[in-house]
Amino acid sequence: MDFRIKNLLSRLFRFPVLCENLNERTKASEIVNRRNQNTIKIKYNGLHFPRGEIMVGIVTYGSYIPIYRIKTAEIARMWGDKPEHPENGLGILSKSVPGYDEDAATIAVEALRNALRRKNIPGEKIGAIFVGSESHPYAVKPTASLIAEVIGAYRAHAADLEFACKAGTAAMQNVYAMVKAGMIEYGIAIGTDTSQGQPGDALDFSASAGGTAFIIGKDEVIAEINDTVSYVTDTPDFWRREGQRYPSHGGRFTGEPAYFKHIISAAKILMEKVGTKPEDYDYAVFHQPNGKFPHRVGKRLGFTKEQIKQGLLTPYIGNTYSGATPTGLSAILDVAKPGDRILAVSFGSGAGSDAFDITVTDEIENFNRDAAPKVWDMINRKKYIDYAIYLKFRRMIVEVD
Amino acid sequence: MVVPRFWRERRHRYSLIGTQCPVCGTVYFPPRNVCPKCGRKSLGKMEEFQLSGKGKIYSYTIVHQNVLGYKYQKPYIMAIIETPEGPKITAQIVDIEPEEVHIGMPVRAVFRRITEDGKAGIIQYGYKFVPDWEELEK
Amino acid sequence: MRDVAIIGAGETKYGEHWDKSLRDLAVEAGLKALEDAGIYAEDIQAMFGGNMSAGSFVGQDHVGALMADFAGLTETMIPAMRIESACASGAAALHAGYMAVASGLYDIVLVGGVEKMTDLPGDMVTDILAGAADREWEVFFGATFPALGAMMARRYMYEFGMTREQMALFPVIAHKHGALNPDAHFQREITVDTVLNSAMVADPLTIMNCSPVSDGAAAVVLAPAEIARKYTDSPIKISASTFANEYISLHSRESLVRSVSTIEAGKKAYRMAKKEPKDIDLVEIHDAFSIIAIIGLEDLGFAKKGEAHKLAEEGQLYYDGDLPYNPSGGLKAKGHPVGATGVGQVVEIVKQLRNEAGKRQVEDAKVGLTHNVGGIMTSSIIHILEVM
Repeated sequence: MDFRIKNLLSRLFRFPVLCENLNERTKASEIVNRRNQNTIKIKYNGLHFPRGEIMVGIVTYGSYIPIYRIKTAEIARMWGDKPEHPENGLGILSKSVPGYDEDAATIAVEALRNALRRKNIPGEKIGAIFVGSESHPYAVKPTASLIAEVIGAYRAHAADLEFACKAGTAAMQNVYAMVKAGMIEYGIAIGTDTSQGQPGDALDFSASAGGTAFIIGKDEVIAEINDTVSYVTDTPDFWRREGQRYPSHGGRFTGEPAYFKHIISAAKILMEKVGTKPEDYDYAVFHQPNGKFPHRVGKRLGFTKEQIKQGLLTPYIGNTYSGATPTGLSAILDVAKPGDRILAVSFGSGAGSDAFDITVTDEIENFNRDAAPKVWDMINRKKYIDYAIYLKFRRMIVEVD
Repeated sequence: MVVPRFWRERRHRYSLIGTQCPVCGTVYFPPRNVCPKCGRKSLGKMEEFQLSGKGKIYSYTIVHQNVLGYKYQKPYIMAIIETPEGPKITAQIVDIEPEEVHIGMPVRAVFRRITEDGKAGIIQYGYKFVPDWEELEK
Repeated sequence: MRDVAIIGAGETKYGEHWDKSLRDLAVEAGLKALEDAGIYAEDIQAMFGGNMSAGSFVGQDHVGALMADFAGLTETMIPAMRIESACASGAAALHAGYMAVASGLYDIVLVGGVEKMTDLPGDMVTDILAGAADREWEVFFGATFPALGAMMARRYMYEFGMTREQMALFPVIAHKHGALNPDAHFQREITVDTVLNSAMVADPLTIMNCSPVSDGAAAVVLAPAEIARKYTDSPIKISASTFANEYISLHSRESLVRSVSTIEAGKKAYRMAKKEPKDIDLVEIHDAFSIIAIIGLEDLGFAKKGEAHKLAEEGQLYYDGDLPYNPSGGLKAKGHPVGATGVGQVVEIVKQLRNEAGKRQVEDAKVGLTHNVGGIMTSSIIHILEVM
């Protein structure tokens, strides 16, 4: 049957008419697009993504960065390396170190409590909690259930996520989808980590600790998530096998085929989908494994250093892994004004990228950002430690019970 | 493996939830089932009360002993903190050097690991206090 | 209610007794007391033993039964029970024994106290002693027992301006007396510098401000005062035996610089014995930490609040001064086997009142007072003893 007649029949009789093959369906959607100009239905792999009428986005946010820092020069001294290597080569001057009594869960709680200080959402209204990390304190026993207990959200869909450095943004996407679907009123997405690199390895210069929590909903949204896309492939750039203490990585392989390919792909897919160009954005934040890659990928995509500056934290606190892109976004929200548009693109090894197109709303004027510490204030509140204390705090000295 | 004894206190330790006597209004932390002042009149009626987490150091010490479970944290600062809601709380002060602590210093509660039941057992989380940086920087 | 007297007393040396077990120590002290009273096992009608934590230190509970058994008291099948009030277990056992005789239910009663502490390493001993505080809300968060004492000391220093040097005078006096006591754990004199330069335990308390970990046992035999002279020429009357208990945690208290339980037990004791502080010839004060002795002296009326250190500075506290303080060497120098201490303090007063204290004899000792506290001055037990 001619697909145009099928389409007409299904619209007249309000029942779906089966299409013989995918190509026909694709053509059907093109007809629908042409007919319905006022509602934007975007073709994407044959599925329809109607833009919702309701505004879904960030209702409140908060971050936490531990107070301790170690200078990369101190790490270099330990391993017989020159300070210029991490400082100039990697663009990292220092990184954050969690205290002996901190872990990904305590960081998650502190970040969430900072978010709640800015705007309190009662636990009963939280419908979902997703915590993304690659250093959950337990291999089996979710961090999300601890968060639920802390805020009294006993009816939340709670689970932990893992996708290297993009577990936090994956959590955001899950929660965003659940709010958008009308399934929950508010949801919490947290990216938190106390990551470790093998001592003496390049990652020892950058693996650090920190986290950010977002509460996503549809009431009094301060930053609307216009859209979000992902790009994922099986790319083994950085991994850790079960039972291994430290992760392994592919050296230079982590660059072009991994970080750059996925960030650039996701960014381009998103900007094409929503019809934007780099100039349309006031801020851009990319995953930041060192102080150099974000500038490089930004340049390749057409972004300027000014757009990237506010969200680029790695030179001072290192790479907080699942907390990296979320905390960069948090730093931007600390200063953003109504109407500001933000592009946030994470990258998780393994590999994939999540991209977000965000517009700050007028509601941010009513929002009490000062109720909790701002990211750059936390970055500047620091205590330096030496390598020995660093090993003690990171529990890298073999403990005998 | 010690499990229920610590699990039982989790909400109080995670979120500084104490109890308030409905008869005289006194707030207690740690939580009490009976108000010492009102006795039987308060039995079964004590209500949960959430402390703000703010406080000032009332007294403190620096522990140099070898303490089971705290070997890697010595020397650490132990303090009694007075809260605006009334109760005083015994807790560690962290993120600060011992020389910087003084009686009257404003502090704020944070969520930290307290102890763990060996390498395979449960991690006990609870409250510690850090300097109230916003207050101190005023 | 009839008057109660002590007709016999005995104790082991305090110290690290590698070769003696819990039961060895208890039996040694008990038998010495029986011999001193001139009585035999069959004469004992009940036994009260003070012991804080044999269950944790050596895995042994049912301590009363064990001691009665190994002291050879099983044939008479007498009641034997353990009384526990942390570091005041000894005085608590004496209070129980006093009640037993005063009530008329029993006539001849053996009261003992014993603790075996050196079978475990230091960090485990610290943890067990911390059981005297609030395990869930003080110890769980990192407060050791010395940490609690230290917080009291720091608040006291903040409120009254006492210095570390002034606080250090107390262990110096204790050691002066310990050097004169052949049964003391430590028998060497020290100086204020020794105290200040010794290892820090919990700032501001150094190791010299804290009593040691000791093994030891002590025992006394009680009898109704009216028949005491049948057994001994120098019976000692218990004129007061009082006990007061307050909030277990420091954080539950209004003030860290006074002990309401010591004040209360002290008031009751003076009333019961019809005495005032000026009537007391010598004291055995609980100096587990120097600050506890300081607060104890003030709360028992021997000095104004904030001024106990003046007594030390003026030399009044030596055994030949106006208010002989811990002539035995106190918990600091004589030692502190926790369950035994309360009874040991009484044994010292008994010796002093009988003129049997040798080189450390206090002249003209007629009325003595013992102050034994459990936990961080949570329970306070006062005994006033006088020559009959």
